[in-house]
Amino acid sequence: MKLPIVDHPTAAHEFIVNDERSEWHDKALWFVRSKRDKQAHTVPEWEYLRSVASQIKTHTVANLGQYLAEFEKNATALGATIHWAADADEHNDIVLKILKKHGTRRIVKSKSMLTEECGLNHCLEANGIDVVDTDLGERIVQLREETPSHIVLPAIHIKKEEVGETFHEHLGTEEGASDPKYLTEAARGHLRGKFLAGEVGITGVNFAIAETGGFVVCTNEGNADLGVSLPRVHIACMGIEKLIPRFGDLAVFTRLLARSATGQPITTYTSHFHGPRDPESELHIVLVDNGRSRLRGSKEFRDALHCIRCGACMNTCPVYRRSGGHSYHATVPGPIGSVLSPTRDPKSYKSLPYACSLCGSCSDVCPVKIPLHHQLLAWRKELVGKGLLSFGKRLSMRGASLLFRYPMLFTTAGKIGRTGLKWAPRWMTHNRLNKWTIARELPEPPAESFREWYKKNRKG
Amino acid sequence: MLSNGSEETLVAATTTSRRAIMDRLESRLVDGPELPEIDLKELTTFDDPLEHFCQMVQAVGGQPHRLDRPEDATAILEAIPVFSEATRVASLVPEIAKGNVDVSMIDDPHALATLDWTIVQGDFAVAENGAIWIDGDSLPQRVMLFIAQYLAIVVSGSQVVSNMHEAYERVGKPPHPFGIFVAGPSKTADIEQSLVLGAHGCRALQVFITP
Repeated sequence: MKLPIVDHPTAAHEFIVNDERSEWHDKALWFVRSKRDKQAHTVPEWEYLRSVASQIKTHTVANLGQYLAEFEKNATALGATIHWAADADEHNDIVLKILKKHGTRRIVKSKSMLTEECGLNHCLEANGIDVVDTDLGERIVQLREETPSHIVLPAIHIKKEEVGETFHEHLGTEEGASDPKYLTEAARGHLRGKFLAGEVGITGVNFAIAETGGFVVCTNEGNADLGVSLPRVHIACMGIEKLIPRFGDLAVFTRLLARSATGQPITTYTSHFHGPRDPESELHIVLVDNGRSRLRGSKEFRDALHCIRCGACMNTCPVYRRSGGHSYHATVPGPIGSVLSPTRDPKSYKSLPYACSLCGSCSDVCPVKIPLHHQLLAWRKELVGKGLLSFGKRLSMRGASLLFRYPMLFTTAGKIGRTGLKWAPRWMTHNRLNKWTIARELPEPPAESFREWYKKNRKG
Repeated sequence: MLSNGSEETLVAATTTSRRAIMDRLESRLVDGPELPEIDLKELTTFDDPLEHFCQMVQAVGGQPHRLDRPEDATAILEAIPVFSEATRVASLVPEIAKGNVDVSMIDDPHALATLDWTIVQGDFAVAENGAIWIDGDSLPQRVMLFIAQYLAIVVSGSQVVSNMHEAYERVGKPPHPFGIFVAGPSKTADIEQSLVLGAHGCRALQVFITP
C-alpha cells in the first residue's frame, strides 16, 4: 500500500495553534505521567524489574521461532486453533473467514492496537459485519469516525463537551450534558445491549505464554471479559512479539504494565485464557507478523519489539503532549511510534524521527528499557543514508559541515553574524522562509566571540 | 456455512505463512542473554500483608471488610441498599449470603443479563495491588463475574501473598480454561481522565475477608 508522506510539523499545526487545547492536552497527559511516577516509586525494586523485563524480552526476541513453535504446540493441545498471518491483509482475511463460517453479523471487540494496525474494522464493515468497539474511549472515537490518538487512552484528545455532543447524537443523551459519570452510564447502557447481541468476541492479547499455550488480557472496564464470556467464539489477535517464555514471567510484566500505563498498581481485570471455554466453544488465536520478523533482523531497531504498549513514552513526551496523537498519522504515535512507523515505510514517515527533542525522557520511563531516543537519533542517520532528508535540511547540513571543517570560515561567519544581526531589518530574519523565528525572537548578538574573549583574557 | 473447499484454502494459506514467518525467524540468528531467574532478595515483602492488602483494595476502589465470623457479612450486606433491594442474587458462598439464582442450572450465559449481585469465593489475595485470584473452575458461568451490577468476593485473611511473583508461584499450574485477578470494581477514565467506577462490569466491589 502506498502511503502519503506525513509531515509531522504540518500535521501538528492545527492542534498547536489552538493554545488552549494544546495546553489542556499537555496537562492531561502530564497528570497520567505523574501518577505513573507515584506508583513506580512505591516499588523499591522498580529498576530491577525493568532490567529483568528487558532481559526476558531480549531473550524471547532472540529465540522467537522456538517460542512460537512451543506456544503453538501447547495452545493447540488445549483446544485452541492457531492461525498464522504474514501481513495485515491476511490477518483480516483469517478473521473474516472465521466470522463467515459462523454466519456472523455482529461482533464485539475490545481494545487491540493490532487490529487497528491491520485496519480490521474497515475490512469487516465492508463485508457487512457490524463491529462494535467496546472500550469506552474506542467507542467514542468509533462513533465520531475518528481513530484513537493514544494506545491506552484512545479519546484523550476529546473534551467531555464533545463526547456529550457525540452521545447526544448517537445515544440520545441530554443535549449539552458533559458530566463524565452521566456519559459513562449512558455508554454502559448502550453497550450492554451490544454485548448481549454480540455473536463473536474479538480481543487483543497483552501477553502470550509459550510454556502454557495461554494468554492474558488486561482491562479496567471489563469489556474484554464481558465480550468473550457471552458468545461461543473468541478470536484473539496478537503480534508475534507478544510472547513471553514462562508463566511466572507474567509477574514481572503485570507489575510493570499498569503502573507504567495509568499509574495503577494493576488493571482491574487480568484474565488468563487457556483453551476454549468448553467443548462447544471455539478459541482462535491469530499470530500476526506484519513486518515484525523483518524488524527483528535489524540490530539497530530490534529492541523496539520489546514494547508492551503501555504508552508511558507518549505521556512523558514533550512533543506528543503538545502536538496530539493524530499528528503522527499512525496507529502507534509518540516516541515508540516514531521508531516503528519508519521501519514500515521510511519514506512516508521520514519526518517522525525529528518530532523529538532528544530529551531522553521516553527511555527513562520505558518499563522494558527500549533505548527510544537513541533509536530516534539512529533513524535520522539512516534517513540521511537513504537520501530522504528534505532539501532545506540537506542544504543547511551541508553548510554546517563546511563551517565546522574550516576554522577561518567559522570565524568569519561568526563576525558577519554578530554585525549583521545588529543592523539587519526584522524582515530579513522573520519571514516565512525561516521557520525557527515563527514563535521565537533572536538573541541579542554578543559584542565578541568566545575566541576573541579568550585571546584577550587568558592568552595575553 | 463455509464449504470445505474454502476452509482448506484457509488452512493452506496459514500454513504457507507459518513457513514464511518461521523461515525468516530461523534464518536470522540473533544472540540473546539467558532467561533471567528472579532474585527473591530483590523483592519487597510486607510484614503485615493483610493490612497492606486492605489499604490497596481501598486504593483501587473496592470496599474491604474484615470479619471475625463469615456470618457477620450478612448484616453488612443488608445495610447496603442496592443489596437489600436486589431481586436477583447469585451466591457461591452461602455462608455469606443466600442467593436466589442457581447459576449451575443455567446453560445460556445470556440468561444472567439481569443479575443484580454475584458473590464468589477468591482463592487468595495479593498485598501489593489489592488483587484477588479467582479460578475459573469455581464459576459455573464465568460471565457472572462481569455481568452482575455488583460483586462481592470472599477471601481468607490467612491467604494473602505479598507480590505478584508469590502470586504466580501460588497459582502454580496454569488455570484451564480460565483464571483471573480482580482488583477493584470495573472503572474507566476515558472521558477527560475523570475516574468513573462501574464501566461495563460491576459498579462496586465488596471484599469480605474471613479469618
